[in-house]
Amino acid sequence: METAINRVESKSEAGRPGVAKRARDHKRALAAVGVQAAAIGVGLLVGAGLIAGAGASPIVAYKAVFVGAFGNIYNFTETLVKATPILLAGLGVTVAFRCSVWNIGAEGQLRMGALAATALGIAFVGREIPSIALIPLLLIVAFAAGGAWGALAGWLKVRWRVDEVIGTIMLNFIAALFVNYMITGPLREPTGGGVPLTRKIAESAQLPRLFGDVLIGARLHFGFVIALIMAGLVYVFLWHTVPGYQLRAVGANPKAAQIGGINITWNIVLSLILSGGLAGLAGMSEVAGLHYRLIEGFSPNYGATGIVVALLGKLHPLGVVVAAILFGGLIIGTDAMTRAVDVPGSIVFVMQGVIVLCVLAGELLARRWGLSE
Amino acid sequence: MIEFLTGALFVGFLASTLRLAVPLIFASLGEVVTQQSGILNLGLEGMMLVGAFLGFVGANLFGNLWVGVLIGMLAGAALALVIAAFDVTLGADQTIVGIMVVIAAQGLVTYLNNVIYGGSYVPPRTEGFAPIRIPVLADIPVIGETFFNQNILVYLAFLLVPVFAVALFKTTWGLRLRGVGEDPRAADAMGVSVFRVRYMAVLCGGLMAGLGGAFLTLGYLGTFNDNITAGRGWIAIALVYFGQWNPYRVLAGALLFGGVNALQLRLQAQGADLPFQFMLMLPYVLTILVLLGISREGKGPAALCMPYRREERT
Amino acid sequence: MTNSPIRPAAPLVEMQGITKRFGDVLANDHVDFAAEWGEVHALLGENGAGKTTLMSVLSGLYRADDGEVRLRGAPVQIRSPRDAITQGLGMVHQHFMLVKPFTVAENMVFGLKSRREPWLDLDAVAERVAELSHQYGLAVDPRARVQDLSVGAQQRVEIVKALYRGADILILDEPTSVLTPQEADDLFKVLRELVGQGHTVIFITHKLDEVMAVAERITVLRDGRRITTVAAAETSKAELARMMIGRDVLFRLEKPVGSPGPVALEVKDLWAHAPDGRPVLRGLSFSLRAGEILGVAGVDGNGQSELAQVLVGTLRASAGHVRLDGGDITHATPKDRLRRGVGYIPEDRNTLGLIGSFSVCENTVLNTHFAPPYARGLFLDHRAMIADAERLIQEFDVKTAGHYERAARLSGGNLQKLVLAREVHRDPRVLIAAQPTRGLDVGATEYVRRRLLEQRERGRAILLISADLEEVLTLSDHVMVLFEGEITGLLSADEVEIEKLGLMMAGAALSESRLQPEATRPG
Repeated sequence: METAINRVESKSEAGRPGVAKRARDHKRALAAVGVQAAAIGVGLLVGAGLIAGAGASPIVAYKAVFVGAFGNIYNFTETLVKATPILLAGLGVTVAFRCSVWNIGAEGQLRMGALAATALGIAFVGREIPSIALIPLLLIVAFAAGGAWGALAGWLKVRWRVDEVIGTIMLNFIAALFVNYMITGPLREPTGGGVPLTRKIAESAQLPRLFGDVLIGARLHFGFVIALIMAGLVYVFLWHTVPGYQLRAVGANPKAAQIGGINITWNIVLSLILSGGLAGLAGMSEVAGLHYRLIEGFSPNYGATGIVVALLGKLHPLGVVVAAILFGGLIIGTDAMTRAVDVPGSIVFVMQGVIVLCVLAGELLARRWGLSE
Repeated sequence: MIEFLTGALFVGFLASTLRLAVPLIFASLGEVVTQQSGILNLGLEGMMLVGAFLGFVGANLFGNLWVGVLIGMLAGAALALVIAAFDVTLGADQTIVGIMVVIAAQGLVTYLNNVIYGGSYVPPRTEGFAPIRIPVLADIPVIGETFFNQNILVYLAFLLVPVFAVALFKTTWGLRLRGVGEDPRAADAMGVSVFRVRYMAVLCGGLMAGLGGAFLTLGYLGTFNDNITAGRGWIAIALVYFGQWNPYRVLAGALLFGGVNALQLRLQAQGADLPFQFMLMLPYVLTILVLLGISREGKGPAALCMPYRREERT
Repeated sequence: MTNSPIRPAAPLVEMQGITKRFGDVLANDHVDFAAEWGEVHALLGENGAGKTTLMSVLSGLYRADDGEVRLRGAPVQIRSPRDAITQGLGMVHQHFMLVKPFTVAENMVFGLKSRREPWLDLDAVAERVAELSHQYGLAVDPRARVQDLSVGAQQRVEIVKALYRGADILILDEPTSVLTPQEADDLFKVLRELVGQGHTVIFITHKLDEVMAVAERITVLRDGRRITTVAAAETSKAELARMMIGRDVLFRLEKPVGSPGPVALEVKDLWAHAPDGRPVLRGLSFSLRAGEILGVAGVDGNGQSELAQVLVGTLRASAGHVRLDGGDITHATPKDRLRRGVGYIPEDRNTLGLIGSFSVCENTVLNTHFAPPYARGLFLDHRAMIADAERLIQEFDVKTAGHYERAARLSGGNLQKLVLAREVHRDPRVLIAAQPTRGLDVGATEYVRRRLLEQRERGRAILLISADLEEVLTLSDHVMVLFEGEITGLLSADEVEIEKLGLMMAGAALSESRLQPEATRPG
């Protein structure tokens, strides 16, 4: 065997990254952002194409969307109203995705949360206790219900190795059916007349309107404030606490995390509990802040939109807030658009998927072209 | 007992089981091929949906059922192309792409449904494929009515199962497909185009899913509604794991689901005690049950869900 | 040496001006290479010299940015592995390109057209394989599943596979890195046989002994450039070494005499099984003293990784005991072991040791984030984390833009320094270092080895697992050899004889007749 060979001097390695490298990095970052913007542009173009295909002018349509969403103060509050459940669902998805747990069950979790809040709210009709006591109770119950539904998927995954994508989706269907049963059965509004909705919840369970006195008819409610607070809490949790660090570590590199002493199983379940809980709050906020009862179909697939805004917001609470508001605007604006041009409002659902796919493509291309990692 | 087993009710149930298994058979067979190449296609639900809708539209537009089926298949293939572009060429996260494609497809179909049929509650009906009665065989008690008095798409589904099985395990194409799914690096080094094999596999999945969707509207219901697939795409994926990537086992699973589905319909019709929502839950609960203890790994392709790029230095 | 006819004027293989970049790295810098008909030609160089890259260009796996390839006198375009195969080039990679669950016959014919397209015709394949087996003295069983075969057998399959596809030029990449010394000798016999029957063999290596044993001509690469091409008969090991490294003076690392302390780690009758039920560790017993380095030698895949995993806690022990400073940790969680003083430098630093998307700072506290001073209750104390991270970066000379930089952007050597820094900083009682210098350049390698010796001085107990025999022999006080999960030898470093070591690495039993088909592995 050859004797050990060693050099006397080390080969010089790359020195501290110099100014030139940093400048290159900046240029690359800008180019990456450019690609992302172009991607959104492509998405909007596709939408324009569909609008034109339905026989209307894209320019008029998009203008109507923008005005409808942000044109005046009232519209803007409507946008924020819409953004509230989307934001909460999106935060939930963010927490799960950060742990690389693909929770597609936000829709089911938010319905369970809504159901729990409704049931509690109805129970207190006639037995009024002050809001200050009831509303936190509602929050807890909704979080618990959504969290439990998420935990169920988590248990199925860690104990029975049931893939969480399929598991949460199946639970979505089951939850939808169960909630439908409750709405048309035990919690049914007797004077509803064929429309599936529940009885009204107690006065003190209703979330206060934010500008009710100042702006007549503004529906913006306290749920929005709750959502913003949750966004802040999620941020602090993920980057400033020990469990948040562990959750992210498991999501980024489970093997290394395990070697570092982190318990993978627990974090998977925790992520689903927190995720489901946040989605549960989304459901609750719609019930207690907007309709004051549980109406079948109250959620036009907020769960899916939650996934969309989580991805667009790059799984960061701040990004999710911005994306949620933008999407809230898109939905409200599209509603307004249907009154201006003869294009069905469901176009917004197409736009959702298309925009995310475009942005995803943009991100991947940017990576390929060496513009980012 | 014999009376029950030969009674019209039971035979009807069996025949129904077969029919209800068909969309799952088509979609799952396609997904088996896709996954054997190493790609996880989660967009089945969307592909079935566009297949169902565009197949229906196509049949009505051209007044021909087979044209409708073809269009449905092509619709599925078109979505498959998107998935392949993201998964194979761009190396995206396959889970996210699949889910986004489903969301996009669902939105697209809702939108087109609004545009074309004006969102009315009752879209036009179509005479679907009529059953073809096979002489002699169809006269066998019980089995005859069940197996030999179905429409042509049903026969096709059952015939394709052995075809896929043989193709996968006894041909050079099948070898190449499975090799790419096990070890794309080795396959590449041995001169097999990983790119081409995976694209073909995903397209096959799309065609089959589109076919499964088209069957729902043209071979079974004769009409369309937004929720016609009702999660069948996801169930089909679960069946692939359950069947451990083997066409025959997948068939068994599909029949199981078909049976539960058929049972649930009959119980509903007969006004059973349980609220109908709980019966509708059956297929979804069953999906979870069949997945208990069956992970995505198991005997599956080793490179499942891992994108491949040739010049990556290890 | 060969009985081939007069060689034609132009070389068989000619590569001119080959240049290949990977991002910022220039792997091949205008390299010229030529191999003659019917010779054994060695491509010699250190890790990272560009040998594999050059041959990957030749075999179609990579596309050169610049340069020309000529075969048999005519220019050719090799754009894919398929093109290479058509041109008669067969490459046996360091990591075998075999589909493990398939049988040998299925691998042979994978990607080729069958006689009875599209039906597989495996019987015809088996016949042809038997022919080739016989012709070249390469024993393979067409019906065996590749995953059941030993590494040596798999390599034979790879060679037969290349011959099956009509290769006259065979390229082997570090073929002996996975073989015992005896198996390597067998391989060399096969190579000579191949050349004797008119083939040309190019083999990539960094081992001078091999080169002198079997090559006729040698091309030396260094830092992506061709240094020289010489005939083996006209050069010496010393000269080759000089050209490989670029310097005249080479010497051994200084290792002071050790003063071992009490037993820090005790392993008794340790058994472990793989998820599929195969035993991977069979009744291991050894002890490790403070202030000592115990080197674990053995061909990769004989239980070394699993031993590390069991000691760290990511693989369950099925039987036996592991005691740290007298306390039983056999079934302790990884977190527990960390707390009690186990340190781990994993063999795959990227996937096991660090979290690429986390910052350098977040990585330094991977094992310690949950306790003070980095955490107060549930909350992380970023200031403490940053302060510590900066200190470690300084002390261990980790070249990075700052504590906030994402770990994935660091070079291999710096990543390893980071892992080392983190582990050492925690003051572990026992440090398990698995392949600590794999893939590092000479400077980083030397640094890591020096630090390990330093830790030995400080009284740590170090378990060094390395496939680099030189490294094991240089650094260790005692050497333990693993073969198929068992200890086949445990001796002090000065007692080691290379011959005996090789035998222990091969299970202390020579394979009898090499022309018999290899029996499938038990279990």
